[in-house]
Amino acid sequence: MDGFAQHDDLMPLPVDPMIPRLFRIVKVKKEVRGVFTWHLVPVDGGDFSYRPGQFNMLYAFGAGEVAISISGDCRDKDKIVHTIRMAGSVTKIMSQLPVGATVGVRGPFGRPWPIEPLYGADLLFVTGTIGLAPLRPLIYEVLHQRDKFGKVVICYGSRGTEDILFEDELHQWRGRFDTNVHVTVHSAPSGYRGRVGSVAAAVRAASIEGANTQAFVCRSETMTKPAVDALRARGITSDRIWVTLERNMKCGVGLCGHCQFGPTFMCKDGPVYRFDQIEHLFEIREL
Amino acid sequence: MVEIEGLGPLVATHPFFTGMDPSALEIIVGCCANAVFKTGAHLYRQGEPADKFYLIRDGLVTLEVYVGGRPAIAIETVEAGEIVGWSWLVSPYKWSNDARASGTVRAISIDGACLRRKMEADRVLGYEIYKRFLPVMARRLLNNRERIVELATEPAT
Amino acid sequence: MTRISGTKVVFGRPELDRLIALLRADGYRVIGPCIADGAVVYDEVTSTEDLPEGWRDDSQPGRYRLDATGDGELFGYGLGAQGWKRFLYPPRQMLFRAEKAGRGFRIQQRDDDGTPPLAFLGVRACELAAIGVFDRVFHQKGFEEPGYLRRRTDALVIAVECARAADSCFCVSMHTGPALPAGYDLRLNEVVDGTRHVFVAEAGSERGAALLDRLSVDVPPPALVAEAAGQAEAASRQQRRRMDPDVAGILARSLESNHWEEVAKRCLTCGNCTMVCPTCFCTTVEDVTDLSGNNAERWRTWDSCFTIDYSHIAGGALRQKASSRYRQWMTHKLSTWHQQFGVSGCVGCGRCITWCPVGIDITEEAAALAQAEGTSAAGQGHLAESPGDAGQGR
Repeated sequence: MDGFAQHDDLMPLPVDPMIPRLFRIVKVKKEVRGVFTWHLVPVDGGDFSYRPGQFNMLYAFGAGEVAISISGDCRDKDKIVHTIRMAGSVTKIMSQLPVGATVGVRGPFGRPWPIEPLYGADLLFVTGTIGLAPLRPLIYEVLHQRDKFGKVVICYGSRGTEDILFEDELHQWRGRFDTNVHVTVHSAPSGYRGRVGSVAAAVRAASIEGANTQAFVCRSETMTKPAVDALRARGITSDRIWVTLERNMKCGVGLCGHCQFGPTFMCKDGPVYRFDQIEHLFEIREL
Repeated sequence: MVEIEGLGPLVATHPFFTGMDPSALEIIVGCCANAVFKTGAHLYRQGEPADKFYLIRDGLVTLEVYVGGRPAIAIETVEAGEIVGWSWLVSPYKWSNDARASGTVRAISIDGACLRRKMEADRVLGYEIYKRFLPVMARRLLNNRERIVELATEPAT
Repeated sequence: MTRISGTKVVFGRPELDRLIALLRADGYRVIGPCIADGAVVYDEVTSTEDLPEGWRDDSQPGRYRLDATGDGELFGYGLGAQGWKRFLYPPRQMLFRAEKAGRGFRIQQRDDDGTPPLAFLGVRACELAAIGVFDRVFHQKGFEEPGYLRRRTDALVIAVECARAADSCFCVSMHTGPALPAGYDLRLNEVVDGTRHVFVAEAGSERGAALLDRLSVDVPPPALVAEAAGQAEAASRQQRRRMDPDVAGILARSLESNHWEEVAKRCLTCGNCTMVCPTCFCTTVEDVTDLSGNNAERWRTWDSCFTIDYSHIAGGALRQKASSRYRQWMTHKLSTWHQQFGVSGCVGCGRCITWCPVGIDITEEAAALAQAEGTSAAGQGHLAESPGDAGQGR
């Protein structure tokens, strides 16, 4: 930052938000097919803190950057956890990085899920496939503060019985007396004992009462609307529905323009939105 | 007759018949019977004559499709409070899939062949029945459309 | 002696040359208007010889031409084809360089060291407003762009007030010109008539005042001051185009207007408007490695919301249709910009009108949207499902 030192007297200059911080991969965990989880620690040994719902820009040397939600427990100060789906060239290269490799991290970025303002409410989580990853930090935090909330219901859907993300944890949460977990799959082998059908159908069947429920939705933009419709049919109004969305985030700080959604920059005004605040934009095509 | 009197309140209080006219309800009760299915038992099988439908009181029913060349595939589950089976309403009155109990299922079976005749004779009754079945079919159609969209737009995890 | 604001001085062309020379001696890279490829562009100048003496631009929708006037005016043109954006926020900027080291890699911060501070000569009122917009974009609470801030903090601004308006201009309706407000270090009015060619100058900052102190200047006669003061007024009167004052509201209400399809019949989605726009700030990034694979660089390059890739997500581009992309650009520029940055993203410079290959006029499109809104139940049924479809499957 030598080049900036001489101007400090004129205008306070910030740390460059476009420069990644180096982290080391200390663990790689294979999840379901095409999905892996990294445990990262800062090479500089410093701290890292974030709130559930935030994301980082992860950089693989020479390959590029991708926006990935943090999927770990924000109370765990030893590492940051990212769960990544192989979707393009950069994530494919990332999937091949071994333990010990270095990656760049910029962040955390974005507006987190609300927690404290929702004390006392029943909570309903609605998600599918990889969408459980961005919600998991919130689920962890809610379970840390379990006595602050009423019912906790999780509706999760995957394509088949072989690709249920974090299946062990879903089982564990279901085993708790204070948490209700509905897992649904699109199809299953004959004789399967669980629920089969869409996530929205699971929401329609969930044991909740609309009046005191706050819902968190983490689905693709396409599947968010059916989820919201199902929630509203259960009496959960738009001002009690929280969604997280995804656009082409490149900078993370509202400077590149790519992730605009109406007047908002998803990277800093989102990715978490209260649905009533974007409802008027949601059905406008190609916005 | 003793059994029918016993089933009357169960039919009347099932969500599917909420708000049904008592005289229509009486006709329906005349066509119904109690049914219990153990885990894995079939409520009905694909291709067989469809002459019933079920009000699910308790338990989960899995709909499975037999597609040939491989084991059957579970494609949908139906919860307590819902109904299973509408092929009895639509010609050629054959089941288009299997329905199996996923755990113990308590249900009330309603004789569709009997009800079809009564609906033919009593158009008001027929209208009441269709008014209840159409939303069920529409909801299942919506569920399936959502799944098609999801399968087309979201990768398998 | 300092002469900030209010004290006007006058000097001739030789002193303007001295000013350029002084700035260069002080280490500034002086950027001003020059002629290249048949257009006025902003580039490095070393003396008044480099300036477009005796040239005037004819800027109309989809048309740009330079006409020789034969007079000695240095600032007789309206605007450079591109604004000062390319100097404050260059089209290609290296973000960092990374080098493999052991099992990992090291990152070297970008280093702008050695690039001299810039002095802009010939900044118009609308361009000053555009720089003001950039200041808001790149210096938000918690989201700052250090490269821009450094270049901007260093830059010296010598503004020149417009004496006439081009056909494409509509700054009056955007309240950004043609009169120069504050925000410059020095301001000039160029006065050319049969007998004299002078610059009426005034400092707008300590830096500007200190520069004036080093020049040989005179006190201007009142008639000259009055003549200079009348220039902006004349330029105002020449403007024919105007932006609807309610454009932000019109656009917010017109997201589903049929009119976007009408614009899309003409729009080539070439992105020229975004490139010449002095406030368009969108960028993308590029990662490159050398052949050894040991060195990588990350570059930031200008991007345009008119490209398909711009809205790319895992499922494909979100804005496939030209109508969606034009709507994004215009709605962002004139409506959602207010919510994002507290000002309009349009300064009324008219470059998007001039440099549009098919001459789409943003002011006319705003008027057409306003009219469509007034005369129809705006866009009703256009994007909605047919009633039969919408009712299904509830």
